[in-house]
Amino acid sequence: MGLKDLLNAGSDGTHGDATSMVSMDARPNEPWVTTKLDFLVNWGRANSLWPMPFGTACCAIEFMASAASNYDLARFGMERMAFSPRQSDVLICAGRVPFKLAPVLRRIWQQMPQPKWAISMGACASTGGMFDTYAVVQGIDTIIPIDVYVPGCPPRPEGLIYGIMMLQKKVMNERMNGTSREEMEPDPKSKLYIPSSRIDELSEPFGNSVHQTRSAP
Amino acid sequence: MRAEKFTVISAGHGGGDTPATPRNVPHKGGDANPTAAALQARFGSTIARVDVINGETTVIVDRDKVHDIVQWLHDEPTQSYEYLSDVTAVEHRDAQRPIEIVWHLRSIKFRRFIRLKALIVKGSALSICSIWDIYKGADWLERECYDMFGIQFTGHPDLRRILMWEQFKEGHPLRKDFPLRGRFSRSQQLENALAANPEARYSMEELSIVDAYEELPLDMRRRLLGGEKTGE
Ligand code: SF4
Repeated sequence: MGLKDLLNAGSDGTHGDATSMVSMDARPNEPWVTTKLDFLVNWGRANSLWPMPFGTACCAIEFMASAASNYDLARFGMERMAFSPRQSDVLICAGRVPFKLAPVLRRIWQQMPQPKWAISMGACASTGGMFDTYAVVQGIDTIIPIDVYVPGCPPRPEGLIYGIMMLQKKVMNERMNGTSREEMEPDPKSKLYIPSSRIDELSEPFGNSVHQTRSAP
Repeated sequence: MRAEKFTVISAGHGGGDTPATPRNVPHKGGDANPTAAALQARFGSTIARVDVINGETTVIVDRDKVHDIVQWLHDEPTQSYEYLSDVTAVEHRDAQRPIEIVWHLRSIKFRRFIRLKALIVKGSALSICSIWDIYKGADWLERECYDMFGIQFTGHPDLRRILMWEQFKEGHPLRKDFPLRGRFSRSQQLENALAANPEARYSMEELSIVDAYEELPLDMRRRLLGGEKTGE
């Protein structure tokens, strides 16, 4: 999104006509512009997303490749990896998350200031992947709200970049006064972002962990 | 200078008395590690059996005598097993077969490897003597074995879980009766995990700043002493 688009933004965005506004503007020869505040703010946010990399496994290696010079995330305004959650906008969870790490991930998410977004990178972060075991969280969308899921094992850098561009589109469509910017609240009782009954239902087709008998002698 | 003055030094295979890499090793049988015979001579009937598999010697020993045997292997100058490479356990799917506790010992001096096994019959107490007082390196290995199999190592200074978190209530994951996905439902597991306080897991001993404790600011000292029990 270049400045040229900004100048032509939306139907209300008009170029200033210096001659008709001369009484309001002390410097009549300088150009000026009107635009929607929503648009301007979103434009700024979408093009300077600072990622908080939460790399726990092999996907993180691919994430590093995306950030390195060949694919160069800096082109998308991700100039700076924020290794402090307090100075970041988008959490990129790259890799599987064991239950031991779940409270850590939750705390890091809570430490990030608003506005914030999250990308779940790879099959493991999104669904648990092939690690359907006692130790791995089956999809981190149960513990933090996710905006974009990137499929793949691991996703290629192009895949991650596509996910980031989708997130930028999502950011561009947010409204100050609408409901789109409100943070999803977890269920007050279970503290999960997906209802408990739904989580158990999703793990059912292969046998719920309570009922499955795969390891019976 | 005459050529005879030089001794050829060859690293690894082939040269002088350095042992060569064994070739064409039979799957079963073959020469046992000389330590096995020495053990039988020294401990007699407490050595139940000696197997040689793929050229590696496994000695099955009495579970009550493990500590004495390991101590002897470590101290005896003709054996000199100065390196403990692993402590682990094996449970077989056959419910009748006993659980095996396995120790891998290595003698760097004599370039020997020996595997000790003790059998614990199912139904008897899952406990065995710790060898932490002989090899300090056994500390984490025994903790892992306890975490995964629930084997109590008597005499271990600090036997608690090492891989799973301390509030893990589902049992010991490598046991054969442990369901692959754990004992609780997925949502229950998540709720249990999120209730844990990530900072409460670290003890003073695990923080490397323990030596600098006196120089830390007062509030930090107070926090460390309290074990960071926030929110639990
Ligand atoms: S999705 Fe594949 S590459 Fe990514 S963490 Fe899982 S196993 Fe590794």
